Order: sequence, then structure tokens, then C-alpha cells
Amino acid sequence: MCGICGCSDSGQSGKFVPIKNVNFSPLMSYPQHHHGVESIDKSRLIQMEVDLLSKNNVYATKNRHYFQEHGVFVLNLVSSPGAGKTTLLVETIKVLKDVFPIAVIEGDQQTQHDADRIRATGVRALQINTGRACHLDAQGIGAAIMQLGIENNSFLAIENVGNLVCPSAFDLGEAHKVVVLSVTEGDDKPLKYADMFYAADLMIINKIDLLPYVDFNMDRCIAFARQVNPSIHIIELSATKGDNFNEWTNWLRVSMQKVIKSHAL
Amino acid sequence: MHELSLLENVRTILEEHARSQHFQTVENITLEIGALSCVELEALTFAFEAVMKGSLAEHAELTFKRIEGQGRCFECGQLTPMIELYDICKHCGHFRLEIVSGLEMKITELKVR
Repeated sequence: MCGICGCSDSGQSGKFVPIKNVNFSPLMSYPQHHHGVESIDKSRLIQMEVDLLSKNNVYATKNRHYFQEHGVFVLNLVSSPGAGKTTLLVETIKVLKDVFPIAVIEGDQQTQHDADRIRATGVRALQINTGRACHLDAQGIGAAIMQLGIENNSFLAIENVGNLVCPSAFDLGEAHKVVVLSVTEGDDKPLKYADMFYAADLMIINKIDLLPYVDFNMDRCIAFARQVNPSIHIIELSATKGDNFNEWTNWLRVSMQKVIKSHAL
Repeated sequence: MHELSLLENVRTILEEHARSQHFQTVENITLEIGALSCVELEALTFAFEAVMKGSLAEHAELTFKRIEGQGRCFECGQLTPMIELYDICKHCGHFRLEIVSGLEMKITELKVR
């Protein structure tokens, strides 16, 4: 029997049961009494619908809102290590830096090397070292844009960590994911790393100047990419030799014009 | 290993719910994971213990609800099962499919105390 009120429903008479973190109404004169305990001592089920990426997506939405407000066109460049993302950016900046303001956020596990290469072209760059992490996330980008100070009506390139797997899931608030694939990597990459090619809106096939020296079937690669993502846009180019580079810079100019126009409205 | 980041997100969600819904420990977490999502169940299970150590879900068990992949064919309009993102329609062989289910990655139920 309960030592406080005499009840015996707990089956453990007189047992004093401590209570943790329970809010009692002022009318309850014995806050330690077990009548309030039963409900929290038993397991209960809570139904919910919470996305595993919900935290990241909240930050991504915030970033996207910021970019829209300031007329910033943002691309999230993804690829395996060594596909030529930094070279592509360096050459792009050389062509377009006098046309509109450009800034770059570089993501690598270690070193400042890529940001240094970008800064050498005269544009602002911020290096994020992710340490052990294999991708950039929206929270990190939110902090980076505040630190970097981005001009209105500008182009922001985010160069993600070289990795064809993990960055596919993390929305950073960008307008498009751009996947860079170089011909030295093999034409079946779109099927092997389907998540990334599914998530991207544009695929750049880089290093086409090396096509005579490698076993890379362009038609097969494009067919595989379209099989994963029928609406993916594809541009073939060589960033180092400049082959077909105009198609890419023209695509950027047109995209920028659209963003600036909608920002002015 | 983006599963690590996803689990860190899960831990934050649990901590928030523990405050708002007044519970101290989590005994079971039910996750709905689509067959076409980027989550590898083995990697998730492997990282779970490390991420939850010292948290309110340190001793929690994971229950997976696998959601099969399914797409609607742009060509013939029929529903077709999908195991990979690049699967083709089993009715007409076309590859333009709109994914109807299989991309889910959600917490759907918690058993708490």
C-alpha cells in the first residue's frame, strides 16, 4: 500500500518513486507521488514524419532565400577528385570576371590549395576544410556566405569535396548541381554513381582533348546519363585547351541574365 | 559516409523531441528508407552506435521499414518497379520514369520512455 495516499495500484506498497522532468500542476500537493509516474515509466510510441535531411534542408532553404533576395546565381560543382573542377572554375573566371562579380567557396578535406588557385585570378574565395567529412552542408555554406560577403547580382560557385557519392544528398541552396565528369574516368560513371547524376541538372564532360588517348565512348556515356536522368543537360568541353568552352560560358551568361532580370522585378 | 551526417541529424531531432515531448530515453527508432535513396542500411547500422553513444538513444534499437522503388513511365503511363535509378519500364522498355516511391528517408516512429 502506498505510504502517502494508501492506494495499492502500483503493487509496491509505500515505495517512494522519484520523478524526473515532469511538470506538475500547482494543485498536485505531492509532486513525488507515483500517480504521476506511471505514465512516464511505461514506454510509449510517438508517430512522426521527419526527414533525415530536415536539418540540412532548413539551412538550404534559408540560403536559397538569401541568394534570391540578392540576385546571386549559385552552382554546386560536384565530381570525383581530379575531374577538373578547379581548372574549370579558373578558366571560367578568366573569361567572365569582368562581365559580372564572381565568388567561390572551395570545399576540401584539407589544404588551402584550391582557394589559393582561385584567389590568384583576382576573385574572392573562401576555403572550407571539412576535415573528416566527405561533403559540404548547407549550414557551413550559410556561415561561409556571411564571411565571404557576396555582391548583389553575382555568380557564386561552390566547389564541393571531390566525391561522387555523398554530396548528392545535401542541398546547399544552389540553383543547380553541376556534375563534372572527365573522359579519363570512364564512360560508365553515370550508372556507377547514379545518385549524383540523378541529382544534377547539368553534366560537363571535361578533358575532351584527351579523347584520342583514352577508351571513352561519348555516346555510351551520354546514353547512360540520360537513362538515369532524362532531363540532364550536357556540355562537352576541355577546360585546359578551351575546346567548346564557349558553350559553357554562354550557358552561364544566359543563366546570370535570367537571375539578374528576376532580381530587378 | 554521409550516413554519419544523417545520424547526427537524427540525434538532434531526438534531443529536440525529448524536450518538447518530455521523454528521457529512446528505446526504438523506426526509419522508413526507400530502396532508391542514397542510404546504405549497413553503413547506417554500423555508424549508429558511435553516433548515439552518450545520447538519450545510446541503447536504442533501429527498425527499418524498406519502401520499394516504383516509377511511372512517361511513355506508357504504367507503374513499374524500380531497383535502381536507371531502371527501364518493364512494360514498354522506355527509361523515362518518374519516381513515385523509393526516395524516402524518414523517422516515422519512436518508442520512448
